[in-house]
Amino acid sequence: MSGYSITEPSRRTKWLAGVLVAAYAVITLIPLLWIIATGFKSNTDAIAYPPKVVFTPTLEGYVNLFTVQNRATPAQLAENPPETWYDRIVADRGMVISGPSRFGERFINSVIIGFGSTFLSVLLGTLAAYAFSRYRVPLKDDLLFFILSTRMMPPIAVAIPIFLMFRWAGLSDTHAGMILLYTAVNLSLAVWLLKGFIDEIPREYEEAALIDGYTRFQAFVKIVLPQAATGIASTAIFCLIFAWNEYAFAVLLTSGTAQTAPPFIPTIIGVGGRDWPAVAAGATLFLVPVMVFTILLRRHLLRGITFGAVRK
Amino acid sequence: MSDTAIDRIARRTPPHIARRVRGLSDRAIAWIFITPTILLLLAVNIFPLIWTVWLSFTNYRANRPGAEVQWVGLQNYQRILGNPETWQSMQATAHFLLWTLALQVAIGFALAWLINARFRGSDLWTTIIVLPMMLSPAVVGNFWTFLYQPQIGIFNSVVAFLTGADPAGFSMIGDVRLAPWAIVIVDTWMWTPFVMLICLAGLRSIPPSIYEAAECDRASKWRQFWTITLPMVLPFLMLAVLFRGIENFKMFDLVVQLTGGGPGSTTELTSINLKREAFEKWRTGFASAYAVILFVTVFGLASIYVKALNRVKAR
Repeated sequence: MSGYSITEPSRRTKWLAGVLVAAYAVITLIPLLWIIATGFKSNTDAIAYPPKVVFTPTLEGYVNLFTVQNRATPAQLAENPPETWYDRIVADRGMVISGPSRFGERFINSVIIGFGSTFLSVLLGTLAAYAFSRYRVPLKDDLLFFILSTRMMPPIAVAIPIFLMFRWAGLSDTHAGMILLYTAVNLSLAVWLLKGFIDEIPREYEEAALIDGYTRFQAFVKIVLPQAATGIASTAIFCLIFAWNEYAFAVLLTSGTAQTAPPFIPTIIGVGGRDWPAVAAGATLFLVPVMVFTILLRRHLLRGITFGAVRK
Repeated sequence: MSDTAIDRIARRTPPHIARRVRGLSDRAIAWIFITPTILLLLAVNIFPLIWTVWLSFTNYRANRPGAEVQWVGLQNYQRILGNPETWQSMQATAHFLLWTLALQVAIGFALAWLINARFRGSDLWTTIIVLPMMLSPAVVGNFWTFLYQPQIGIFNSVVAFLTGADPAGFSMIGDVRLAPWAIVIVDTWMWTPFVMLICLAGLRSIPPSIYEAAECDRASKWRQFWTITLPMVLPFLMLAVLFRGIENFKMFDLVVQLTGGGPGSTTELTSINLKREAFEKWRTGFASAYAVILFVTVFGLASIYVKALNRVKAR
C-alpha cells in the first residue's frame, strides 16, 4: 500500500473522469476537423446531403484559394491543353487560371505584422518589465495598473480616434501602422507576464555579475535575458497569437496593401455561391500553425493563460 | 568569456559614450527602459480615449473632414439613451453575456474538476480542449456559418440525428428565435476552456492536507466539495467570470462574422451596433458618445464586481 493517499481518487473515478473529458474533447474537435476535411473536398462533396464523412480527397479547394479563374470554352481548352496538375484540376471544371489570388499577399501580411509587432512588444515589454521588477520606480503600482487597464478598452471604442489619427499621419492601411497598433495592444500583457518571469530570477546572480565588473546593462543582457528566455518565448507566442488572430482593428483600418488574413478569408467567394472548400482551405492554412504551436508548447502556454489569475 | 555581439558593440562604442552608459544611474536606466512603453500606451490608448470624449460632444462626421464641427453638448448622449435601438442591443448583449457566462462557468468548472482527478492522458485531452480558444474568432466564426447551414450543415445533422428533427427544418442563424442561441453555442465552445484552465489552477492550489484533515474528521465527499473545494476555487472562478465578462461585453469579431447582427437586429450586440454608427453611417460624434457610454458601463460593472471579488478573497 505504499504511496497510497486517502485523498487520491479511486481507479474507477479516474476512469469515469477520463471518459467524460475525452468525450468533451472529441466534441470540441469536430468543428476543427470539419474545417480541415472540407478543405480537401470537392465543391459537390462539401454541400452534399447528408454531410459526407467519407469522400475522395482533392486539392480543388486549395487551387481555388490561390488562383483567380475564368470560364473557358471546350475549344479553348482543347487549344491550350492543361500542363500542370493544378491546371488540370481547374480544366476539369471548364475553367482556366488567369492569375494568382490575393490570399498569398494577405497571408504574408499576417506574417509580417504578426512577427513585427511581437518583436516590438517583447522588446519594449522586457525592458519595462525589468525596470519594474528591479528598480524603485515612483508610482510603480499606479503605472502597472495603468498598463493593465488599457486592455479593458473595447477595440471599437478606440477605433474611431485611431482611425482619424492614422488617416492624419498617413498610417492607414500600412504595415507600420498595424505593427505599432498591435504592439500597443500587446504591451500590457507582455509587461505583466514578463515582470512575473523576471521576478522569479534571483537578484543574487546580477549582483555577483556587478561585483565582477559588469555594468548594469551588461548584467541585464548576459545574466537576466538568458535566464528569462523561456518566459520571453512564451510571452512572444501569446503576442504572436493575438496579432495573428486580430480582426476588429484589421477590418476597420486596412483594406488593401496591409490587410491581414482574418478580414480576407471571410470574403472568399466562388462562382455561383460560396466556395466552401476554398474558404476551408484558407482557414486550415491559417489555423493549423496555431494548433500545432499550442500542442507543442502546451506547458508554457497553459501557464501563461492562468498566470494572471494565480498572480493577483 | 565568449565574444558576443554585445562585446563587439561595446568595443566599438566611443569612450565618451561608453563612460556615459557605464555611468548611468539606476534611476536613469529605469526611466529609459519604461518610457517607450508608457509613451506608446499614451499615444495609442489614452490620447484616443480623450479624443473620443471630446468628439462625443460634437457633430463631427469622419467622412466629411471639411465640414464645420459644431459643439452640441449632451445632445448625442440624450439621443442614444432615448433610442430604442440602443436598448435593444443592450438587451441582446445582456442575453449573450448571461448565458455564455452561466454555461462556461458550469461546463468549465465541471471539466476542471474532472481533469483534476489526474487520470492518464489528462494533459493531452486538456490541450485538445484548449485548441478553440487559441484560434482566430473571425475565421472560425465565419466557418461556423457553414456548420449551421440547414440540411448540409453538420450541426443541423447532429441535432437532427439526436432529436429526430428535420435537418432542413431549422436554421440556427436565419431564425429570429434561434440566432441568439447560435452565438451563445459558438462562444461557449470557444471560451469554456479559459474558465476551465483558471478553475484548474484554483483546484491545484488547494493543499491536499486540507482534504486529508477532512477525511480524518470523516467529512463526506459531498461535504468536502461544498465546504472546501467550492469556497477555495470561488475567487478563481470569479476572476474567470470577470475576464470573460469584459471580453464578451466587447464581443465583436466572432458574432459579426457569424450572424452580422442579424436576422433583423436580434444578435446586434452593442459593439456591432457601435460599428454600424461609426463606420457605416459615419456619425462619428454620435458613435463616440456611444463608445463613452459603453466604456463607462464596463468600468462601472467591473469595479463593482472587483469589490465583491475582494470581499470573497478576504474571507
